[in-house]
Amino acid sequence: MTQVRFYGSPLPHFSETELPGKFIVIEGTDGVGRSTQIALLQEWLEGLGFAATATGLRRSNLAGKGIARAKQGHTVSDSVMHLLYATDLADRLETQIIPALRAGMVVLTDRYIYSLIVRAQARGTDPQWIRKVVGFALVPDAIFYLQADLPHLVPRVLATRGFDYWESGMDFLKGRKLFRNYVRYQTRLLAQFDAIADEFGFRRIDANCSVVDVFSDLRREVSAVVTPMKREGVEEE
Amino acid sequence: MSKSLRRTAYPGKLIIVEGIDGSGKSTQLDLLRKWLMSQNYLVAFSEWNSSPMVNRITKRGKKTKALSPISFSLIHAADFLDRLERQILPALEAGAIVLADRYVFTAFARDVARGCEPQWVRDEYSMAVHPTLAMYFRVPLDESLNRILVGRPELKYYEAGLDLGWSSDPYESFRLFQGRILQEYDKIVEEYGLAVIDATQPLVKQQEQVRELVTPLLEGSLKVSLRAWREALTKESLLGRYLEEIGANGGTGEQS
Repeated sequence: MTQVRFYGSPLPHFSETELPGKFIVIEGTDGVGRSTQIALLQEWLEGLGFAATATGLRRSNLAGKGIARAKQGHTVSDSVMHLLYATDLADRLETQIIPALRAGMVVLTDRYIYSLIVRAQARGTDPQWIRKVVGFALVPDAIFYLQADLPHLVPRVLATRGFDYWESGMDFLKGRKLFRNYVRYQTRLLAQFDAIADEFGFRRIDANCSVVDVFSDLRREVSAVVTPMKREGVEEE
Repeated sequence: MSKSLRRTAYPGKLIIVEGIDGSGKSTQLDLLRKWLMSQNYLVAFSEWNSSPMVNRITKRGKKTKALSPISFSLIHAADFLDRLERQILPALEAGAIVLADRYVFTAFARDVARGCEPQWVRDEYSMAVHPTLAMYFRVPLDESLNRILVGRPELKYYEAGLDLGWSSDPYESFRLFQGRILQEYDKIVEEYGLAVIDATQPLVKQQEQVRELVTPLLEGSLKVSLRAWREALTKESLLGRYLEEIGANGGTGEQS
């Protein structure tokens, strides 16, 4: 059961106070292994008999493609990009997340409003503005923050897809050196995640260790969140 | 006036028009634009929902009926912000007269009529600047409906407010939706001090009032000669034979 609470003013025309599913957010910076862990969690949950679904930023039917296009052309400002991400989030919340929760599923979300807030703060957009704009967001049942430090992140990023233009803040930081900007930008993002961790009640998961170890920690935590679902609907003795 | 829009000291002037569909605001703004241009004022123009980058998402959302009150509001805010940063603010900084057909008040009225929280919508648009002059074309609901619904055009889904499910009949839905928007506009007029123009008057009377309101703002505004070559032709007794090839003779003076 998810208690319906919103960070700010609620979604218009929304009246339920409880939803039978569980809403779990996995947060963390670029390359920390969020999508790997979500893929593992989903399979594990399904093995236990829980209906689970996964969603992530830019995966809305409405705005996903538009954001990809805007990124490609480097054509819109930070603030406009924030609003596009907020549009994408609102669409997924209303058309994917809430219907799945209503159906009693476990929803695993790869990043949520916290990534938007962190990004805004690291890039110098008014942090209060972005908080207010995403005030329609449903408060999750749990937020797991995969926390890794830069010396652990660098080899992983290098070994997989390399340093990304946006993940290195190349669009707004000075200088053309990719690695140096990557370090500067990711250091800022990590500091911002840290700064908002308590405000939003992140549960920290040490992601400096191996995929197996991270998964084992996450599994234990997620288990505690979803196990009560088995007892719901059963008469108390 | 409200605290929620920031005041700026830009040399340019921002003049905006608001009103429900069928209030005649676009006609009046167009007349104003032509009048200003005939006096060689540097005029820039920005229209609601027209950012090329964002507009594709909006169109897709409308076509597939995928927009909720929140995502409808957010995508229009993205469109506005893009135009604000790209067209409106640079033109104001450069000293132009910027004319906007609909401004943030359209969102304040429409999105709230759709069920969004008034304060949330105002927060969303908090980066907007306060217009130098905001004119609201007030028209009774029945009058505007008469103007729009003559010939019974096909009303679009969101235009008619059909997403709200108030009525399955597009005309009835449109009437209810426009009525709600009208109520919100009345609050906004007071909150932000919009200049109200009675849009039931003859068009020429309305334009007279518009020009009266605009005239005091024009002092010190930038002027530019859009057809500077004319003077050269007269002075040098030239025909301008090759100007057509570069497009100068083909009415480019209409661009702003």
